[in-house]
Amino acid sequence: MKHGRPNRRQLLQMGAAVGGSLLAGQKALALETDPRKLGQPLGPYGERSSFEKAVRWTRESKTPETGSSFTPLHDSVGILTPSSLHYERHHSGIPTIDPAKHRLVVHSLVDRPLSLSMAEIRRLPSLTRILVLECGGNSGSEWGTPTGADVQRSYGLVSGSEWTGVPLSLLLAEAGVQPRASWVIAEGADACRMMRSIPLAKAMENSLLAYGQNGEAMRPSQGYPLRLINPGWEGNTNVKWLHSLKLTEQPYMARDETSKYSDLMPDGTARIFTYAMEAKSVITFPSGGQTLPTRGLYELTGLAWSGRGRIERVEVTTDGGRTWVKAELQEPRLPIALTRFRLAWRFEGQDTIIASRATDETGYVQPTRAALIAVRGTNSNYHYNGIKFWNVRADGTVKNVEA
Amino acid sequence: MWKLSAMLLAAAAALSAQSPRYGVGRPPTPEEIRELGSAIAPDGAGLPEGAGTVAAGRELFAAQCARCHGPKGEGDVGATLVGGQGTLRTPRPLKTVGSFWPYATTLWDYVNRAMPFDRPGLLKPPEVYAAVAYVLNLNGIIEEDRVMDATSLPKVKMPNRDGFVADPRPDIR
Repeated sequence: MKHGRPNRRQLLQMGAAVGGSLLAGQKALALETDPRKLGQPLGPYGERSSFEKAVRWTRESKTPETGSSFTPLHDSVGILTPSSLHYERHHSGIPTIDPAKHRLVVHSLVDRPLSLSMAEIRRLPSLTRILVLECGGNSGSEWGTPTGADVQRSYGLVSGSEWTGVPLSLLLAEAGVQPRASWVIAEGADACRMMRSIPLAKAMENSLLAYGQNGEAMRPSQGYPLRLINPGWEGNTNVKWLHSLKLTEQPYMARDETSKYSDLMPDGTARIFTYAMEAKSVITFPSGGQTLPTRGLYELTGLAWSGRGRIERVEVTTDGGRTWVKAELQEPRLPIALTRFRLAWRFEGQDTIIASRATDETGYVQPTRAALIAVRGTNSNYHYNGIKFWNVRADGTVKNVEA
Repeated sequence: MWKLSAMLLAAAAALSAQSPRYGVGRPPTPEEIRELGSAIAPDGAGLPEGAGTVAAGRELFAAQCARCHGPKGEGDVGATLVGGQGTLRTPRPLKTVGSFWPYATTLWDYVNRAMPFDRPGLLKPPEVYAAVAYVLNLNGIIEEDRVMDATSLPKVKMPNRDGFVADPRPDIR
């Protein structure tokens, strides 16, 4: 047979040959076997296997419209978080917004104030980036004791997505920013109209007006139909359900940038506008709450990221910090994105402490909790990025341990 | 602290020199600007007309705020609004409107946009002024006879006005 599709006569000959050999060799067996049951029919929108149980974790609350849900990092593979498992932080519930009625208004210190429909925004040149998004309060519980028992509850306010949208700089050029403007006040259309002040320099550098996430429209809980994405900056500045961009001379000192998301220091002062999320990593397997079923070879793995660029190096200790070895970094190693690291590791029933330490392209090395506390004390709440230690016990169980 | 950098000035100048390229969108309607114009600047820009007294705020607080924040702002489901002055540098700091918030305008802005929790946007401007006046009074920041309006509110000096500093990170070596 030559290359290309076999003709009808050739197919018939092949079928006869295969059928003949089956009949000769397996006739009795074939007759005694029940026919296989057909699977599920085709469907319009996919669901995961019913055997998969990974879910976000949320604290019990009397006001479930506000709070956080944590990504199950221990169940994650690769560098993307399914949109359905992306961490959430809401302040007054998830609004239901008809994209046909949603508009973004750019106003105040611009030459041409603009009101745009979603259809108009989607006509503009877009770009797509894989980015990490981390809540400014992620791992906040680690400042105090006891520290988080598993990786989801202690480090799970971080997720990775592919975002698609329009560069904010493009829209600002369209509106004509006036020379006096140096801040952009971004406001969402949720019930509380969550608001943050963004420096114009960031907006011009790499902010995105995102409408797509992981190949489809973003989820309502992520800001549908439009969200501000500020690469590398604390999640709260990535205003969801975006409906207003007001160009101003000054920051507006919103509640969520003064009372919240500011970092209280031991001397009683508080750092404000602490936007960037610094380099951080955590081992997701083996991690707290998991059990190694047997001795033998395992793939130790985890995630590293930095709001300031690429992850350059991840080192892992499997002997309580005495020695550190370089882990393998999975490609692609993208700037401001989750980066997966791996290390082959043999568990021989030893009681030991494991941890990971990330270095980003600026040369910044993820600090220990003790080093953080030495400078910032224990009351700054936000922007914790300390090294996370896990204790693998002789019986294979994994526990949180204070470093 | 929040001055324009030279780079930023250059970027802004380059921007304003440009003309629209894509021609998308239309000018916002007056209704859109009104709807989106509620953000209040720390100098008071954007504060609407109206006024509220501490006494009116006390009454409104009991009706609208106390069920979450406690009758005296001591906190419950909702945040603690009162006290904590002098605690910020102690091992157990209490961050409240009185002890921590740097601007009274922020309180007005937040009450107006986000409170009451289950019915944000319910309060009319005079009610917001009154609620803010009462919370400031509870914290000992303004006297019982004060009236809060667009002129007086931005002049209120919050105890922790000068307590905020710029981000020095990376700070761990």
